[in-house]
Amino acid sequence: MKNDELKVIARSMRKHILTMIYKAKSGHPGGSLSAVEIMTYLYFKEMNINSPMDEDRDRFVLSKGHGAPVLYAALMEKGFISKDLIPTLRQIDSKLQGHPDMKKLPGVEASTGSLGQGLSIANGMALGFKIDNKPNRVFALLGDGELNEGMIWEAAMLASHYNLDNLTAILDHNGLQIDGKNEEVMTTEPIDKKFEAFGWHVIKTDGHDFEELEKAFKERKTIKGRPAIIIAETTKGKGCSFMEDEVGWHGKAPNDEEFCIAMYEMGDIGDKREGGGLNG
Amino acid sequence: MAKATREAYGEALKKLAANPRVVVLDADLSGSTKTSEFKKVSPERFFNVGIAEQNLIGTAAGLSLVGKIPFASTFAIFAAGRAFEIIRNTVAYPSLNVKIAATHAGLTVGEDGGSHQAIEDISLMRSIPGMTVINPADAKEAEQAVLKAAEIVGPVYIRLGRMAVEDVYDDSYVFELGKGVQLREGNDLTIIATGLMVQQSLIAADMLKEEGISARVINIHTIKPIDREIIIKAAKETKAIVTAEEHSIIGGLGSAVLEVLSDVYPVPLKRVGVLDTFGESGKPADLLKKFKLTPEDIAIASKEVLKLK
Repeated sequence: MKNDELKVIARSMRKHILTMIYKAKSGHPGGSLSAVEIMTYLYFKEMNINSPMDEDRDRFVLSKGHGAPVLYAALMEKGFISKDLIPTLRQIDSKLQGHPDMKKLPGVEASTGSLGQGLSIANGMALGFKIDNKPNRVFALLGDGELNEGMIWEAAMLASHYNLDNLTAILDHNGLQIDGKNEEVMTTEPIDKKFEAFGWHVIKTDGHDFEELEKAFKERKTIKGRPAIIIAETTKGKGCSFMEDEVGWHGKAPNDEEFCIAMYEMGDIGDKREGGGLNG
Repeated sequence: MAKATREAYGEALKKLAANPRVVVLDADLSGSTKTSEFKKVSPERFFNVGIAEQNLIGTAAGLSLVGKIPFASTFAIFAAGRAFEIIRNTVAYPSLNVKIAATHAGLTVGEDGGSHQAIEDISLMRSIPGMTVINPADAKEAEQAVLKAAEIVGPVYIRLGRMAVEDVYDDSYVFELGKGVQLREGNDLTIIATGLMVQQSLIAADMLKEEGISARVINIHTIKPIDREIIIKAAKETKAIVTAEEHSIIGGLGSAVLEVLSDVYPVPLKRVGVLDTFGESGKPADLLKKFKLTPEDIAIASKEVLKLK
């Protein structure tokens, strides 16, 4: 798939995310929008996944489970779940729970939401594939705030101890968490050196640029014998001018006016303006 | 013969090694939990995660998601305690097929003291929706319970002990998940026990018999889902109950029995267990005495409950 096509999918996912959260009147737009290109690249270019039931599919774990809307949007664009579910996010009896629930929604590979646990789950999957000499790969999307959790580092140790080269973590490094900037709340840097010290191969990239993402994932394939993390620099709230890099948009829904502006910026108007806030 | 339930766990794991889906994880306690027995026969399916209990459970969850049957072991205080929320959210919430076999439960850990004596684990585990909770009375029951846990689909917590316990059963015993076992007939009251308190209760029943009191004894090895039928029947027929557990009186077997009866058929009930306090260092036998978990204590409670009839 060409990058232009990926951009179209990404824009569509952003609209789904905003509409879901707007209708729900709650949710986490900032950290969903920051991961759109990463998720688009994973589901439409990197991962081997044609159906959520295929035995040979690669597995994805959304460790930052509050980014559920971006996962739901990806599953919709893949055709694994219906877009009719959009207005049901966070509503009673919905398959689209506030945080991903694998029992309610096909395509969700692991129930997540409590931070810091997804990397361990991904480790277990990767170990399982290793035992059986299966080619399946495992991808886990981490938030930078959840690096505060000690369990992440327990998992980081295990992944390199067991040489899990079928495991790739992607860090959605938007720099913000609920109470403020990462570095104000709890110093996380130097993230690259920390993972290197834990025995990981570290790749840095621009998390909104498909060409850069492609280079990063290609580099990852050349690394054998150990886990890798792609540190993707992102902007929280990406694509929506008033949400970008604003800590207040971590867990808040847009009101009517804000929703209209946001959708306008996504290019959801008659003039077919390319890309809106994303510049295409 | 006296044997610890953790020893039986190690032996059961060796048998389970024949099943290629079974994998075993430990957090640097494999010699104590006896998962080392599995490592001996199936090293390629044994994973030490180091001293990292949260990751122990999370990794087990991931293994189950790709078709494995993981048994994750550490001491009960670290499994049910430290990793509680991982068990709750990452294992039980999605009903994953993870078996948590927690050893060194209760006061009889002994000399290591209160920091290592889990007396809340049954309470914690049975409060989680969909969790099966098993507390075997002896080594024979433990071995069968472990084999059964591998067969059923879904999360299971198995509580195992450090100390050797006397055999309650002979070789003909067949473990049935979720079914209480009546070990003694009796009409005056029923002693409902779990874990090593089953052997204590049998001795207590003998003591009571000498005083002309006929005590029924029931082993509740599966604390969740609990055998409501056998408990209600005992309440209706004997009209007085004593519960006995090597666990806090808050939230354990006693509470579970009360929950069953208060809804249906309330009768006088006394709970023998650890009062609202922590354990301490000491020899297991001395601790059972100090914390009032001996056959004598069960007999005293039995006579007290009879006065309430």
